[in-house]
Amino acid sequence: MIIKTLNKSACKENEITPEHVYHQRRKFIKSIASGLAVSAATTSILLTGCDDAKSKSPTATNQASPDSSPLPKDTLTPFKDITQYNNFYEFGLDKSDPAKHAGNFPSKPWSVTIEGEVDNPGVFTLEDIFKPHSTEERIYRLRCVEAWSMVIPWNGFPLSDLIKRFSPNSKAKYVEFFTLYDTEQMPGQRRPHLDWPYREALTIAEAMNPLSFIATGLYGKNLLGQNGAPLRLVVPWKYGFKSIKSIVKIRFTSKQPRTSWSDQASSEYGFYANVNPNVNHPRWSQRKERRIGEFRKRNTLMFNGYAEEVSHLYAGLDLNKYF
Amino acid sequence: MNLNTIIENNNSFFKPVFFILSCFPTFYLAYLFYFDQLGSNPIENIIRYNGLWAYRFLILTLSISILREQFNLFQFFYLRRMFGLFTFFYSFLHFTSYIVLDQYFDWQEIWLDIKDHPFITSGFLAFLLLLPLALTSNARAINHLGSLAWSRLHKLIYLISLCSILHYFWMAKLLDLSTFIYLFVLSIFLLYRIPFIRKFRWIRSPSNV
Repeated sequence: MIIKTLNKSACKENEITPEHVYHQRRKFIKSIASGLAVSAATTSILLTGCDDAKSKSPTATNQASPDSSPLPKDTLTPFKDITQYNNFYEFGLDKSDPAKHAGNFPSKPWSVTIEGEVDNPGVFTLEDIFKPHSTEERIYRLRCVEAWSMVIPWNGFPLSDLIKRFSPNSKAKYVEFFTLYDTEQMPGQRRPHLDWPYREALTIAEAMNPLSFIATGLYGKNLLGQNGAPLRLVVPWKYGFKSIKSIVKIRFTSKQPRTSWSDQASSEYGFYANVNPNVNHPRWSQRKERRIGEFRKRNTLMFNGYAEEVSHLYAGLDLNKYF
Repeated sequence: MNLNTIIENNNSFFKPVFFILSCFPTFYLAYLFYFDQLGSNPIENIIRYNGLWAYRFLILTLSISILREQFNLFQFFYLRRMFGLFTFFYSFLHFTSYIVLDQYFDWQEIWLDIKDHPFITSGFLAFLLLLPLALTSNARAINHLGSLAWSRLHKLIYLISLCSILHYFWMAKLLDLSTFIYLFVLSIFLLYRIPFIRKFRWIRSPSNV
């Protein structure tokens, strides 16, 4: 069990109500954990496998934790919603299309190309990519630019651990990611909705931030095609479209790379795409969001509630201009 | 026996049939709701569903006049008011589901939405402009206003159509094929209202030769 001590704005373990199925999986420790109240010392822990919180029933969670936070509790979004309500235009534009069309994805062997400003470039099999990393769990909020959100228990490893293996050189200022381009496996790519393949990028500082994560699974299961199998990025303080799925190439560059949605409509989607309730999308408000499964809207939090971990990355940057 | 006479002779049969058919999307929505078939984001689903049906009925309503003018199929004309009222009915469901389900009476947020986002502004305007048309859709209102004033007022439907096109266009994140077709059809119907285009008889049906 790896416990990563980050800080306050992460989903706190006493704010997480477990999903029933998931909670069943951890039933074996329930008897040990049920007697434990969530202690004050653990409230600033980002969930990475804290079994006691997950094995507690929702009511126990509510009673055990005096709610110091004025925010509504984060509850894990059910597996069904996470895997059936997806934006993944490579499999179709409708939210239900990815679940319909990504059933067997990927059906061919996978490799990841590492190139650009690094000392150790190369083409790596999936096994080579995964082998040195031990899997940990991160429960993150996901905020879509369309103003809905989820809470997802990801499995994977920190992006920084992956990057370090390839030794970026001093010219590496940005990290660029590419999704697979294969019209056979991804039928949505037969239509020019976006300039395929999908591409995203982070600054090197963003990529090395401890929150940046490579997910290979969720709810303890391997990622399904619709969620970006076999590996995807998760950057929880940015709008969902930054968390690129089904990565086949990572390139380190000295100049700011193009990104798909910025190419599509640069007035609507910026390079940074940080969650920001104060900067509206030109066509709709970003002040609030609908958490999937909830009726009333929630207020959207600055940097999706991860301000403490990431706001230093943007010190002095005009967030109205660099949205 | 041609189509015209069939319909003419069976008005009292066809009208209730079209009425029931037009209600069907509401029944279907109720069915989806009851059996929990509205997916992970039911609120968004309900809003879009009603909005799409409002848009479809708007197309249907406008097509009635075009059928009469271009194809001489005036026998459908008695359905125009009913389709117009169904346009209002689905717009009303669309609007109230936005107010109640999406915003839950958060008037400040609703006002900012209407004020700041052209996509919402245009939709709201379309709904507002539909109100006087729905209210004056009875024979008494026609008598009261006089048919000239009444038909002038009801020309608002073209402004409503324009607002609806903008509302739909600005809402779409990407233009997929079906969205494109909906926008295209209604745009053609609007272009048709430009006088010199309208005067041209595009199709000569046998009955006007």
